[in-house]
Amino acid sequence: MIPNILGWLFDPAHWSGSDGIASRIVEHLWYSALAMVLACLIAIPAGLAIGHTGRGRFLAVNLAGAARAIPSLGLLYLMVLWLFPKLAGDSAFLVPAIIVLVVLAIPPIMAGAYSGVEGVDPGARDAAKGMGMTGMQVLRQVEVPCALPLIFSGVRSAILQVIATATLAAVAGTGGLGRFIIDGQKVHEFAQMASGAILVAVLALVIDLLMSLVQRSVVSPGLGAGPATSGRAGRRSRTAPSGNTPVDVEIDSSGRTVDAPAR
Amino acid sequence: MIVFDGVTKRYPDGTVAVDELSLEAPTGQITVLVGPSGCGKTTSLRMINRMIEPTSGTITLDGKDTKRMKEAELRRGIGYVIQHAGLFPHRTVLDNVGTVPRLLGMDRRETEKRSMELLERVGLDPAFAKRYPAQLSGGQQQRVGVARALAADPPVMLMDEPFSAVDPVVREQLQDEFLRLQGDLGKTIVFVTHDIDEAIKLGDQVAVLRVGGKLAQIAEPAYLLSHPVDDFIADFVGRDRGYRALSFQQTPRLPLASERTVAMGESVKDIDADWVLVVDDGNRPLGWVEPKRVAGDVTTEVLHRGGTVARASGPLRASLDAALSSPSRRGVIVDDAGALVGTVRAHEVLTAIEETDRPELEDPQRPGAAQAAPRTSGA
Repeated sequence: MIPNILGWLFDPAHWSGSDGIASRIVEHLWYSALAMVLACLIAIPAGLAIGHTGRGRFLAVNLAGAARAIPSLGLLYLMVLWLFPKLAGDSAFLVPAIIVLVVLAIPPIMAGAYSGVEGVDPGARDAAKGMGMTGMQVLRQVEVPCALPLIFSGVRSAILQVIATATLAAVAGTGGLGRFIIDGQKVHEFAQMASGAILVAVLALVIDLLMSLVQRSVVSPGLGAGPATSGRAGRRSRTAPSGNTPVDVEIDSSGRTVDAPAR
Repeated sequence: MIVFDGVTKRYPDGTVAVDELSLEAPTGQITVLVGPSGCGKTTSLRMINRMIEPTSGTITLDGKDTKRMKEAELRRGIGYVIQHAGLFPHRTVLDNVGTVPRLLGMDRRETEKRSMELLERVGLDPAFAKRYPAQLSGGQQQRVGVARALAADPPVMLMDEPFSAVDPVVREQLQDEFLRLQGDLGKTIVFVTHDIDEAIKLGDQVAVLRVGGKLAQIAEPAYLLSHPVDDFIADFVGRDRGYRALSFQQTPRLPLASERTVAMGESVKDIDADWVLVVDDGNRPLGWVEPKRVAGDVTTEVLHRGGTVARASGPLRASLDAALSSPSRRGVIVDDAGALVGTVRAHEVLTAIEETDRPELEDPQRPGAAQAAPRTSGA
């Protein structure tokens, strides 16, 4: 069976062409990136605002919790039924899928952003204000940089979910790596289905690795995520506030983020 | 000068944190606010830079009502040091120190140069400049906190229990260096602490607040120790206040006895005395030895180090302590360079104490009169 899968996967014929693996990967990445950008544009400002002001947390936590409970596949069918008649061309397939992915990605990103800002040392925040920083300066110069590890952890958690779930786009009739799974199932070609699944998993891991490199270069070493840090700083772990917070995020000794989505 | 005029802070739930507080923090001096928890000392401090807005009353800074100033501008002109330092964990020590100059628009190079100077000034090795706060000890972090507050050279500094989170040895070190620094800089400082000993050590004047945010007494430390206005103050300043008050009285000329000394490595076999003082090349006392217990030469192992050493020009408390702690019962007195001047016995110090004037009660009819008296009027 494994030789079968490997055979399918490394067959050069399967890599080329508009329905080959290479172009499916590009499609898959395109859907994921589009959904992530939209989700970040919504969730990060919202999360930062909640963390900075301390207002709207209850609403956000409950909405995010509710959003997590929505089954992606169900939402997809709903969106297709609702939007398909209203849209034309490719977007009729694409828009419902992107909406599903955005809804999926918002809760972890927002949770990361607000718990990151909330978790900033109150002393640092007090000092920043007391030294004469305006609210925006406190946010930009202190809260956001200090929240970056948790923001990254939320974003990375969302990326993993989005890449995995972007396979559903194929159900709505678009491309992406999900095609191999759906199409393979139709023709009972197990090797193709398994290859699709493997490709999705590998893609997710590769992107997460890239994100970890980005994180390493963006997050201050003083926060325990870089090589210049002493053991003391590195060991300091931060856990997102519990209660209704949907993601428990913490940073382990090497500065990697470890996510435990509450599912 | 910072002036509180009838300042009250009442929270929406009715709690009164500060009640009709009126006091002056004179220019170039350290005013310490001290009191038990819940006395509103931190609230009072934070109302100066408007981290908390007073409910009523006015606070003026060199005659200007702080309410009329822009918050951010007001704060950039006031150094702010808090407990645990509150350093920015994502910024290097150097960048932390440069925070306010950068806010004020000073260019990066100039800021870094100034920050390096300040690090040195607060006794931190320049090697720390590129480190992050998490890599520093609590005491080092607090030094950075002080350097950061001084960076834009503000005339006023607010310090909220800056030394209370470090161990006693480091605390004493930080306090001493803080006093030395203040001797150079002469800032107008309001300092909050719950520790009366710290208040007495650091304050040019000490304001004691009681629970409910009422000012109980404000006076120079020596006056506070000798004339507490009521039981609360008397209790709060503590039991051995008579002894502690000696810290503020300079030692007069004491009748010093000359002392027979030996150098390290000498033999004391032939000396007929209970105790002999050992000194180094510079005539600086090292410790006492008991000739009859020393078999051979004087070595560091046989040295008795129990006795404290007092400077001739130091406070009476140190002279008395030198006599009380000395194994020979003769207190060792040195000059400012640390060289032996002579020894003194406890009863001689006590005689000197008896003959020294104590701070006089300012106005026996109105024990609270000291409240209104600024320090410069000479308590």
